[in-house]
Amino acid sequence: MTALQIPIEETKLDNGLRVVISPDRAAPVVTVGVYYNIGFRLEPRGRSGFAHLFEHMMFQGSENAGKMEHIKLVNSSGGVLNGSTHYDVTNYFQAVPSNALARMLWLEADRMRALKVDEENLRNQRDVVKEEVRVNVMNRPYGGFPWLDLPPVAFQNWANAHNFYGDFADLDAATLDDVQTFFKTYYAPNNAVLLIVGEVDPPEGFRLAQQYFGDIPSNSLPAQADVSEPPQKEERRGAVEEPFGTLPAIAVGYQAPARRTPDWFALAMLDQALHGGRAGRIHRRLVLEKQVAVDTEGGIQYPVGNLFDYNGPTLMVTRILHKPEYSAEKTLETYDEVIGEVQEQGVSEDELEQVKVKFRSDYFSMLEGGMGGYMPRYGLMHLLACFALFDGEPGLVNTILDGFQKVTRARLQTAAQKFLVPSNRSIVLRQPVQKGTA
Amino acid sequence: MATRAQAAKEKVPALATERELRWPQRIRRRLPNGLEVVLVESHTIPKFNAQLIFRSGNALASREAPGLAEMTANVVRTGTASRSSRQIEEDLRTMGANLACSAGADSSAISFSGLTEFAGGLLALVADLAQGATFPADEFERERRQRIEELRIERTTPGFLAGERLRQVLFGAHPYSIAAPTEVQVESYRREQLVEFHRQNYVPDRALLIAVGDFASENMLQQIEKTFAQWAGSPPARPEFPAPTKATGRRVHLVHLPGTVQTQVLVGNLAITRRHPDWLPLTLANSIYGGAFNSRLVMNIREQKGYTYSPRSTVYPLREHGYLNIHAAVRNTVVAATLTEMFYELDRIRSVPVGEQELDDARSYLSGVFSLGLGTQDALAGQLATVYLNELPEDYLETYRQKVRALTAEDVLTAARKHFDSANAQIVIVGDREQVGEQAALFGPVETYDQQGNRL
Repeated sequence: MTALQIPIEETKLDNGLRVVISPDRAAPVVTVGVYYNIGFRLEPRGRSGFAHLFEHMMFQGSENAGKMEHIKLVNSSGGVLNGSTHYDVTNYFQAVPSNALARMLWLEADRMRALKVDEENLRNQRDVVKEEVRVNVMNRPYGGFPWLDLPPVAFQNWANAHNFYGDFADLDAATLDDVQTFFKTYYAPNNAVLLIVGEVDPPEGFRLAQQYFGDIPSNSLPAQADVSEPPQKEERRGAVEEPFGTLPAIAVGYQAPARRTPDWFALAMLDQALHGGRAGRIHRRLVLEKQVAVDTEGGIQYPVGNLFDYNGPTLMVTRILHKPEYSAEKTLETYDEVIGEVQEQGVSEDELEQVKVKFRSDYFSMLEGGMGGYMPRYGLMHLLACFALFDGEPGLVNTILDGFQKVTRARLQTAAQKFLVPSNRSIVLRQPVQKGTA
Repeated sequence: MATRAQAAKEKVPALATERELRWPQRIRRRLPNGLEVVLVESHTIPKFNAQLIFRSGNALASREAPGLAEMTANVVRTGTASRSSRQIEEDLRTMGANLACSAGADSSAISFSGLTEFAGGLLALVADLAQGATFPADEFERERRQRIEELRIERTTPGFLAGERLRQVLFGAHPYSIAAPTEVQVESYRREQLVEFHRQNYVPDRALLIAVGDFASENMLQQIEKTFAQWAGSPPARPEFPAPTKATGRRVHLVHLPGTVQTQVLVGNLAITRRHPDWLPLTLANSIYGGAFNSRLVMNIREQKGYTYSPRSTVYPLREHGYLNIHAAVRNTVVAATLTEMFYELDRIRSVPVGEQELDDARSYLSGVFSLGLGTQDALAGQLATVYLNELPEDYLETYRQKVRALTAEDVLTAARKHFDSANAQIVIVGDREQVGEQAALFGPVETYDQQGNRL
């Protein structure tokens, strides 16, 4: 295997803004993103869902680009855009033909410098966000399962355990003051990284970054918040009602180790052995062989994140939809057989090699993709940003694979014995409500 | 210090000179057995992305059993003469590969991607599935049960129910009316039907193999020729189905889903295929109406009124016919208000020529977004599949942007008038009928269905 050699150049402006450029001339398009080192984990208490609501407000107008102008300028430049809120970062990104680079940087700088929003904008986006929560969570089968159902059971620190999409009462309580305070606290150049990925000449990219972002004042950031969890001592259980779906569902979440530790590399390979598609041990046993389940999926931070984009307590999650003729306990028994086997016997050399090849292959696709083809190199941008903000080292994109390739059978088995134990896990059952005859 | 905030409003930076867009060279070859091969090199990552597509799907299979092509695709990967289900999955993992078998109304496909270093092995596995799938009885039974459970869940999903009802309403007796089979239909599939569908339709003649990736085209072509040389067969003639009749008058089709906290609203009418001369002007009109974030519908019912999170309109091109689908999930109390705005915007784009700036913005949007498809192997493969599956002109990709830029306000108006059939549009509402209440009947005669499609 030849080492990855993705070109990466970086600098830091005087105001603390990191700028990372990865040039690539495959197509005359460029993806531009700004990542802020704040996610829904650290939104204020009594303001659940606020980080995400705030993300919406960032599209509502800045000093020189009023409401709708931002969206209009990106679309009319031939590009597409979006933003998303994660546990520990919030991102804003657009992919455009490369001749629109300066315009995109101007737009991102304008809203980093000053938000210009009013009560009407807040009311409007609060309504939009409520419909987003309804369409994604409340009005569909298995909505929010398990990403909203596991944390309150698995975690005790409010930062990790609260409703990230937001209780409607909390969304209603949010004020314009909250918006400006959150903006002033966290949306500073020294708490962000700017990424330019695609067709760009790096010196020109840095020059434009300096021109548009260079005079945005930095800020004194709040002290590092404590997001740590007290040690878990026993299995935790919870139950939730499923209003629409017809099958009972189970989620299992094991607390995962911190990124870039030896345990983390090993758990990632174990995760691939367990959850890697139809060849993964859990799907194979529960769906294909024993046929107690109809579907299983899982992974670290499944289904709203990945192995790389968290910076605090997180879970390795399995989601199971099982047949109603098998009880949850029976299904879990079958699941535990799989876990027991990997703890007792580990995996074979052959299986470990397969898992590593698949991991490497998936990693390449993640860097290239894509989000369905409309946002080239989103994956590369995302990883560069997380490595820059959490590790101060975007170049890890090129070297991180080595750590996974070095995982041994013994290490993998030890990780299974250490992490996949009942006292480290939480289980949530989501049971269909019994409906009367229609 | 004069800060920017104190200065006059800043000017938006102008666009730099546009860079030339060069679509990569294609190699296109028809093998003696009729398999059409299209290859494009793209060296972004050391992988390749491919699709083997057969021009037979659920529409063709519907005479035998609705959804049969899809069920066939589900079971194809579960066994061949030389490989068990488990072996297939492990072989794929060994090659770092992903593989998906799927079927839509018009085609069945094996899509796959993997590391280029294992290309030979992956092609051989795909050839094995295409030629030698054995449809083991136990795997068939398992997949059939899974499909039934999936359907039960899908028929509690508002978006799915709305799409399913719209297809019924627009296509009537045409097989495009069937978005998914019933549980009873799945229950009555027989293994022999799958074997027969596969034998007749997973054949090289008229099939398409598209590959994009980090390979030397000549090598890849040789490997493909070698791997698929022994394969032979032609598919049955494509049956002709009578065209669906256009609806007259707006009607409301309400699917009652008890307990909903939001209502799915959908408006649609029959439209056109990609091969129709109006396709590009209609795409542009749709982009202005509701296809883009910056479109009139999104600005109206999301950014101004806050009724909904992601309203959009799409023109879906199937092979023989297309249809318009305008949709939004809205809070229960604004169903009528949403429909009013959807029709207002439809009538506006049908009656008032679009202004020069808005037209120019929309043309730039379509032509710019088109170029984003060059950036990844899978997007490029998708673009090529569109061209060759629909038998579009060979220079379709190269001339697309230039054709979009030549469109006028008159073209948009004409396309909207012809294909946004406001007066005869069909309305589908999925939600709790108690919550929707009298809002439905404001827009036409109402027919109510349960989740299984029975009239209530």
